[in-house]
Amino acid sequence: MAGERLLDVKDLEVSFYTYAGKVHAVRGVSFHVNRGETLAIVGESGCGKTVSVQSTIKLIPMPPGKIEGGTVLFDGKDLTAMSDRDLQSVRGAEIGVIFQDPMTSLNPTMTVGRQITEGLIKHQKLSAEKARQRAIEMLSLVEMPNPRERFRQYPHQFSGGMRQRVMIAIALSCNPKLLIADEPTTGLDVTIQAQILDLMKSLQTRMNTSIILITHDLGVVSKLADRIVVMYAGKVAEAGSSEDIFYDAQHPYTQALLKSVPRLHEEARRDLLAIPGTPPDLFVPPKGCAFAPRCGYAMRVCLDHQPGAFPAGDNHAVACWLMDPRAAHVRDGHAGRAEAAGARGGAS
Amino acid sequence: MVQDTHAHDVVLEVINLKKYFQFSRKAVLKAVDDVTFSVKKGEVFGLVGESGCGKTTAGRTIVGLYTPTSGRIVYEGEDVSKLRGADVKRFKRHMQIIFQDPYASLDPRMTVGDIIGEALDIHGLATGRDRLARIHELLDVVGLSAEHANRFPHEFSGGQRQRIGIARALAVDPKFIVADEPISALDVSIQAQVVNLLSRLREERGLTYIFIAHDLAMVKHLSDNVGVMYLGRLVELAPSAELYKNPVHPYTQGLLSAIPIPDPRVERERKRIVLEGEVPSPVNPPRGCRFQTRCRTVKPICREEDPKLKQVAPGHFAACHLY
Repeated sequence: MAGERLLDVKDLEVSFYTYAGKVHAVRGVSFHVNRGETLAIVGESGCGKTVSVQSTIKLIPMPPGKIEGGTVLFDGKDLTAMSDRDLQSVRGAEIGVIFQDPMTSLNPTMTVGRQITEGLIKHQKLSAEKARQRAIEMLSLVEMPNPRERFRQYPHQFSGGMRQRVMIAIALSCNPKLLIADEPTTGLDVTIQAQILDLMKSLQTRMNTSIILITHDLGVVSKLADRIVVMYAGKVAEAGSSEDIFYDAQHPYTQALLKSVPRLHEEARRDLLAIPGTPPDLFVPPKGCAFAPRCGYAMRVCLDHQPGAFPAGDNHAVACWLMDPRAAHVRDGHAGRAEAAGARGGAS
Repeated sequence: MVQDTHAHDVVLEVINLKKYFQFSRKAVLKAVDDVTFSVKKGEVFGLVGESGCGKTTAGRTIVGLYTPTSGRIVYEGEDVSKLRGADVKRFKRHMQIIFQDPYASLDPRMTVGDIIGEALDIHGLATGRDRLARIHELLDVVGLSAEHANRFPHEFSGGQRQRIGIARALAVDPKFIVADEPISALDVSIQAQVVNLLSRLREERGLTYIFIAHDLAMVKHLSDNVGVMYLGRLVELAPSAELYKNPVHPYTQGLLSAIPIPDPRVERERKRIVLEGEVPSPVNPPRGCRFQTRCRTVKPICREEDPKLKQVAPGHFAACHLY
């Protein structure tokens, strides 16, 4: 089973139609998740990471959102062609979701217990009593102290970390094949974050669930991810194994992102690399590479033509014109330190 | 890093600072409870801890946004609480704050020029043509342009808004800036821009900072000395490099160990200390040492007696019964 694709997304296009005009949020995104692995989707706010993943199970508000193209194959089924009714039996049962903010994603007027049993009764057709037992089991599985008491309580009686444990219990209650975790620890304190990440990791091994981890935190990524997709301005900039991305990043954006964060274990202080400027406005998507205006290596071709995905090794792909054989050679230092020498004004 | 003789002049002393908030007749939240530290001229003093540890309250009390419940804040040898009239104004000119949330800390109905100019007006620093020139100069210093002065905050991105917040703080030509989580609302690539700006300003203007944050990697990057807070108390205080290399308080050890490092090979090899449980309520903190409910090395004395901050190595202080 290992290595087999559980989710395969191809050429996904998503736009939002707002009063101010059309926002082309996801512009031809492809990625896949293998069984039992963790795929991290990394990027800054507005890069389309959440929309890409949520669109696969039509969780984005439609309208204003609209999926304008692409295919989504999940476990052999085409989710884009599925009726809303059929999709409902996939969501919750086969794909569980943990959202960023557990306070706003839990219902404040329902006990935590009912929120866990809801899915079990609907999807697994359990009796109320069986569902209750299973929910209490789930609460102990996520290491909730006093699960029987907690079952009867409301979300406001829980701390942020405990609420996120409830979310995980809900998401995993029906034994899904895929867990989507959208910024699962953002907003939690580091010591609580460490607890939640450990929990996710151990549950994944126990239940053999695949995980899509959406995050902006490279530390969290390095801890959990097997493979990484780096997104920028609604497109995939680079995709590869965790090793590829952290130690052999080829896209200037990935390299810059890695150099913009301080690292705790480094002895010497170095200047942080700040990426000048801001990401583009997707009301008016750029003609060429979206990163070109902020890129130190941008060539003429980058401004006019969008780069395709160039292979950089097994399962490592880079959407950058520097990878084109005609491009000027960028000398590689160690671990993703490209030198600017001769990169400007090269091929076109 | 400033390491000349001036660097050893203490510019700010915080002595036994307490700030309590009365909730009801019975419930008192002890946000900052007996905190003592000093900041040298030209240094960056990092204040770290998890939410609810009192780091923001400490920062706000220091700049005078809150009145301390007790304790003293001594700035350049003068007790701040004893200042009156023009001296208060002078102190406020010296000491400025940059707030955490650049979306909430700028008045949406004021133009950027007026936000920055307000500080100039209050302190009577510039009028008319000079005022405008000064505003344009400040925008330039923080990497924005003069034409931005006529725009409103909603027209800017988070990073740009934080630059406006910095320009406002710089308007009165302060000597000391309390930066309260100035980057936590920003994207990583933008965080680096703001941090580099703060570093550059320190060098150019000889500023002293208290840098409050929960991002320990960023605090390490910026700070000369670091204080770690837990439930209203300062539990460890040391030079930055020393604190990260050799943390002695079990809480600091757990906190540092909890931070994931963006380097999978290093992350895989790391020995982890997992802190169990959560931070207790500051309204009803545990008896004895406040960390005893989560501590791996708890002893009977920890449940009875509150440990005092003591020196464990030169310049390295910790409040723990182990030492």
